[in-house]
Amino acid sequence: MTARVPAAQPRIHIELTDQAIDLPRLRVWLRDVDTGAHAWFEGVTRRMTGDRQTVQLAYEAFAPMATKQLRQLAQQAAMEFELRAIAIVHRLGVVPVGEASIVIGCCSAHRVGALAALPWLMDRIKADVAIWKQEHFADGVHQWVHPT
Amino acid sequence: MPREVLLFAAAAELAAARTIAVDLPPAATADDVLAAIGQQVPALAELLPACRLAVDQTFVGPSFSVPAGAELALIPPVSGG
Repeated sequence: MTARVPAAQPRIHIELTDQAIDLPRLRVWLRDVDTGAHAWFEGVTRRMTGDRQTVQLAYEAFAPMATKQLRQLAQQAAMEFELRAIAIVHRLGVVPVGEASIVIGCCSAHRVGALAALPWLMDRIKADVAIWKQEHFADGVHQWVHPT
Repeated sequence: MPREVLLFAAAAELAAARTIAVDLPPAATADDVLAAIGQQVPALAELLPACRLAVDQTFVGPSFSVPAGAELALIPPVSGG
C-alpha cells in the first residue's frame, strides 16, 4: 500500500505595507519543493493612459477590513485552485510610476491551478477589497479612481 | 443617540472628515443608515448611490438590521490592485 501524505493546510501571507514590495523575500517565502508551478502577478503604476500622463498613484485602505477580505479570498482561492501557498501584498501610500502596488504569488503542484488563481483573485480584489487609488496626473489634477 | 460612521477616500474628501455622526431611527437597517447619511451630510449625497455599507468590516445588504455598538463604515467604490 502506498503511504499517502495528508494535504497540508495552505500557507497564507497577507500584508499591507507603505514600503516598496520586497519581491525577493516573497519568492523565498513561497518556496515549496512539492510544487511544480509558482505563478506571480505584479500590478505596477502605469505612466500613460491614452494621452494622459500619470505621475504617481496614492493608495488608501480600510486596513482591518482589507486584511480580512484578502485573507478570505486567499483561503477561497487555495481551496478552489488547490494552492499550497499564497502571498498577497498590497502597497499603500504613494506608488511611483514603474513600481508595484500589488504582488500576488501562489504555487500549486501543477501549472493550471496557480495560473488560474491570479485573474480570479485580481477580479475579486478590484471589485470588493476596501482599498482605494487616487491618480495624480502630470497636469496637476488628482482624482479618486471609481471603476464602473 | 448619534452613531459614528467611518469614511474613506472620496467620501472622506467630500465630507472633509474621517468620521461623521448620524442620528438613526431605532432598529435601523443599512438602508436607514445610508439615507441618514444623505440627509445629514449633503456633501455625500451624490456619491452615496455608489457606496456600500460595511458593518463590523463586512458588507451588508439594504435590509440588514444594524446592531447596537457595531462599527459602521461607508465604502465608496473600491479601486485596489
